[in-house]
Amino acid sequence: MKHRREKSVIGRLGEQLEAYLLNHAHGLFSSLGRLCRTPFTSAMTILVLAVAIALAGGFYIMVANIQQLTGNLETSNQMSLFLRDNVSDSAGQKLAEQLKANPAVESVKFINKQQAMDEFKANSGFADALKALDSNPLPSVIQLLPKNVLESNDDINRLMSEFKQLPQVEFVQVDMQWVEKVQTIMLIASRGVMLVGILLGFAVTFITGNTIRLELHNRQDEVFISKLVGATHAFIQRPFLYTGFWLGFISGFLGWLIITIMLLILENPVEKLSALYGGSFQLLYLSFSEFLLLMMIAPGLAVLGAWGVLNYQLRLLKPQ
Amino acid sequence: MLSFENVYKRYPDAGEALSDVNFHLDKGEMAFLTGRSGAGKSTLLKLIAMMEKSSRGKVMLDGHNLSTIGERRIPYLRRHLGLIFQDYKLLNDRTVFDNVALPLIVIGINHQEISRRVRAALDKVGLLGKEKKYPLALSGGEQQRVGIARAIVNKPRLILADEPTGNLDPDLSLEVMLMFEEFKHVGVTVLIATHDIDLITRLGYRVLKLDKGHLMANQT
Repeated sequence: MKHRREKSVIGRLGEQLEAYLLNHAHGLFSSLGRLCRTPFTSAMTILVLAVAIALAGGFYIMVANIQQLTGNLETSNQMSLFLRDNVSDSAGQKLAEQLKANPAVESVKFINKQQAMDEFKANSGFADALKALDSNPLPSVIQLLPKNVLESNDDINRLMSEFKQLPQVEFVQVDMQWVEKVQTIMLIASRGVMLVGILLGFAVTFITGNTIRLELHNRQDEVFISKLVGATHAFIQRPFLYTGFWLGFISGFLGWLIITIMLLILENPVEKLSALYGGSFQLLYLSFSEFLLLMMIAPGLAVLGAWGVLNYQLRLLKPQ
Repeated sequence: MLSFENVYKRYPDAGEALSDVNFHLDKGEMAFLTGRSGAGKSTLLKLIAMMEKSSRGKVMLDGHNLSTIGERRIPYLRRHLGLIFQDYKLLNDRTVFDNVALPLIVIGINHQEISRRVRAALDKVGLLGKEKKYPLALSGGEQQRVGIARAIVNKPRLILADEPTGNLDPDLSLEVMLMFEEFKHVGVTVLIATHDIDLITRLGYRVLKLDKGHLMANQT
């Protein structure tokens, strides 16, 4: 008897810690068990969450794939001078040589109508369709690379307007411009991903919060009785937080699964399309670190939603 | 141990439930709280259990003023109370063992100790061997005794019972009262709200009588 009472402070702390950890482990597994006992309700909630997560993640990976495609585009200052239809090949060739003499020009390449057509046939995959055309709609082009010294936009623009005034030239296009345009579109798309992600993140948070609120009301008696025997809020909310964790964790995994399955379905046709263009486009999947991030964010948001609701509701729930 | 000093309790829509209540209970004292329905018995118990706060006056428990106590400290003070209800307030989806263990789990006591103390409490109320049963498989008297075991498992300093014999026949009622008497003998303060005049007169303890929120008789 005396032995018991003289148990060391460390021994008692150890026991308390053991009880505390046991309590957490119990909360972790009992909340999972509880979810399994109401399979239909749990499945509905988890599916809704998983769809929200898959939407956000799917949009993200789609944009990442397109970005991969456009990321290879080099920003060069190459200019294309499209020539008027009535300019003959020899006149075009002559113009190209004249331009080459310009001190601001590095190199010049003349592509006549027929060459342009052949190139287009080879690369576009529309060879058959082009046969149906009576005449060649493509113009002759002079591809021109300015000297490196012309780095600033002003210089490029000056050169461009100079070429525009040539009588043989229909219009001038600087490659950099459309690369920039594409990159700007991609910038908007990735902003869009961020916004959609935030929106769906809110959805995950609030859907979980609402589920926990309903659960809390279903288990009101338990909450009241626990309060009456001296349970703290931290103790009472623990199993509910774990429920939130599981909801987020399972639906995060399910969301990843949905994205992966969708990509698997798309992979074959995408590669076919890529092969038609003579490219070797590799479809991007979520990487392992992106998967890990998803598996942290989804439960994180769910627990946050649960915590917010519990913090508010537990104060309102007073035993009668 | 427990004292009420000029305590008033007013509900916004029901008016005054308690007015100017004064009394004092010593450690190890047992008392009955009587009065008609609506006289304020439940309100008085709720003030002690910190389910409500007094509108005016002081409710002192073990040196703590319950009228000004912070929300965060309430759980810790409740651990020294043993609450017993007329409708038992058991969790019907948990076993007798788990119901009685709840106050100990809440505190974070280790497993062996919980097991030992739950068994001791069940032994005291004569329910040893029914740990694995569910409350609904027990009779009303047995369920009430599970409630009592849960109230005493954490060795409370004060037991509050609200109509503990309301659903029991006279024999069982007496049995329950004798159990409370035993707790009193080991130094626990016991306050029992009841209608049962027979039992009150038979046991002869102090009676606090409420009438429309006023404490009428305070006899020993």
